[in-house]
Amino acid sequence: MSSVTIDKAAPTRTVKYGSMSRDRKWALRWSYFFLTLFAIFSLLPPIYMLVTSLKSSAEISAATNPWWVFHPTLENYIGLLTSNQFLRFFWNSALVSIFVVTITMLISVPAAFALARMRFWGSATLATGVFLTYLIPDSLLFIPLFKVFALFGDWTGIQLINRWYVLLFIYPTLTVPFCTWIMIGYFASIPKELDEAAIIDGASWFQTLTRIFIPVALPGLIAATIFAFTVSWAQFLYPLVFTTSTDQLVLPVGIITTLIKGDVFNWGQIMTGALLGAAPPLIIYAFLMDYYIAGLTAGATKG
Amino acid sequence: MADVALRKVVKRYDDVEAVRGIDLDIADHEFIVLVGPSGCGKSTTLRMIAGLEDISDGDIMIGGDVVNDVPPKDRDIAMVFQNYALYPHMTVAENMSFGLRLKHYPKAEIKARVTEAARLLDITDLIDRKPKQLSGGQRQRVAMGRAIVRNPKVFLFDEPLSNLDAKLRVQMRIEIKKVHQKVRTTTVYVTHDQVEAMTLADRVVVMNKGKIEQIGTPNELYHKPATRFVAGFIGSPAMNFIPCRLEDVGGTLQIRLTDRIAFALPPARAARYNALPRTEKLLLGIRPEHLTESHAHHGPGVESFDTVLDVTEPMGMETLVYFGLDGTPVCGRVDPNAGATDGAPMRLAMDLNNMHLLNEATGVVL
Repeated sequence: MSSVTIDKAAPTRTVKYGSMSRDRKWALRWSYFFLTLFAIFSLLPPIYMLVTSLKSSAEISAATNPWWVFHPTLENYIGLLTSNQFLRFFWNSALVSIFVVTITMLISVPAAFALARMRFWGSATLATGVFLTYLIPDSLLFIPLFKVFALFGDWTGIQLINRWYVLLFIYPTLTVPFCTWIMIGYFASIPKELDEAAIIDGASWFQTLTRIFIPVALPGLIAATIFAFTVSWAQFLYPLVFTTSTDQLVLPVGIITTLIKGDVFNWGQIMTGALLGAAPPLIIYAFLMDYYIAGLTAGATKG
Repeated sequence: MADVALRKVVKRYDDVEAVRGIDLDIADHEFIVLVGPSGCGKSTTLRMIAGLEDISDGDIMIGGDVVNDVPPKDRDIAMVFQNYALYPHMTVAENMSFGLRLKHYPKAEIKARVTEAARLLDITDLIDRKPKQLSGGQRQRVAMGRAIVRNPKVFLFDEPLSNLDAKLRVQMRIEIKKVHQKVRTTTVYVTHDQVEAMTLADRVVVMNKGKIEQIGTPNELYHKPATRFVAGFIGSPAMNFIPCRLEDVGGTLQIRLTDRIAFALPPARAARYNALPRTEKLLLGIRPEHLTESHAHHGPGVESFDTVLDVTEPMGMETLVYFGLDGTPVCGRVDPNAGATDGAPMRLAMDLNNMHLLNEATGVVL
């Protein structure tokens, strides 16, 4: 009797399993199809940049297949990397980004901790407000901000406009709200008992932050750091408006202003500069990718 | 080590009173359990002792000092949380020593204390692991270890066993009792589980709706409950409450349960209840173990009656029988060999020497 049941049950299960795996196979095919499509779409521009950066100006303007290098040359790379001007842009960008990341973290982390944990009057409204400021586009803000710094210069005699370090005051208006928001979500997902245990163990608020919250929320902290770095490295409008002298320019603006002379586009060097400029964020992403993904998804699973 | 005292402690959230004027004296070395249904204010009371919640009114004293405005870290208390609250990025040893390190104890002493606590809790092998590599029971031990190494005046436990499975809970219950026998620190323990309360406590504090219903040793609460709430909350299966009235028949005091069933009260009980007005609506409180199968001979004060069983639940060492008395569901505990079957008639005996009589309106045990 029992052997009959087994005989009956076995094929049913196999068929069911088979149909499930067929479903899965199709799902995989479709996902590979769309992933390939997406990869081509997003990789074409950098590949084109790479191809162009390896060509001489003569070959770029020649009517040959633009997707192939017939006479590869490193002259664009050598030209840029030996140009003091380009190295200056790179240095300015690096300085601005590192300082902005530091300033952002020094403000965002304590702010997020306070908003997530210290219940005070208006803390919830303030948390929402912080996020809302991030929604105001920079194209709306650059004129009033310019005016602010111009007035500041008039009143105090301290001229900040057309100095690279003016960007240290401006970029945090973009990075601080978003990073604070990320960190609030992160800190809020840490169980309340953890800080209560720390407080009973004798930790001050500051010790609770530095010895419990920051280590526990490290993935979130790294996600926020990468964000702040990317924003300040790639920012274009603000430096275009606030800096004009070539020795004060950051990389994205520097490339545009010095490599386009009138209507002459030095395409080879522009592409090379853009590629070299994209390298640092790429390297950082590659190293911190796992942390970054954990950082973006952790809030979702914890609710 | 210290005693703890609560004087008219009140906790208000906006216009809701979570704790409504509690007076409690906890002696040095005592193990006190606060027990009650969820929302009765037991956890809030514990958190006020810890200093995690401000008190709205009254005084809390630890070791004779009023600590109302003393921050948690200066109250010299240690707390064990329901979800363990271990620091996930620290090893077991680091978790346990965190408080001592913050207070800058010498390294040798920290090591000695951690080693001693680990030995006491049998977690010496786990000392270098991270919390996520531990099982629930092991985590709870580490949480206790973190409390023990501090050698505080008072231990506070907030439902520490609720996250464990039933078997582990029993095991850890015994562990906690053993630890308390060794370290003898004054302990306040919150639970909603009356079995935990009965087995662990020197004295149990039963709370309901923000007030203390009764304070007493486990046996006092079980045998001499003061209110219907305590009588019904302590003991499993719960005490039966059967509507009844008193009547005089031929000079003896009788308790009438239904039109059919009335028993003469034993002399001691009759003397106690004689002054009650006969018209008053009363409840007979009787525990299931005092409703057993009827024997040919039984002692004085044990009265037999016939009923028809609705449902029986064989538990192995006993069988629970459920039946109705004029619509009131009643539970009894009979011998598994007494022949109780679903839907069958059965003759049961009620031990009136262990009965309670309650005022139906006020819920007070008379």
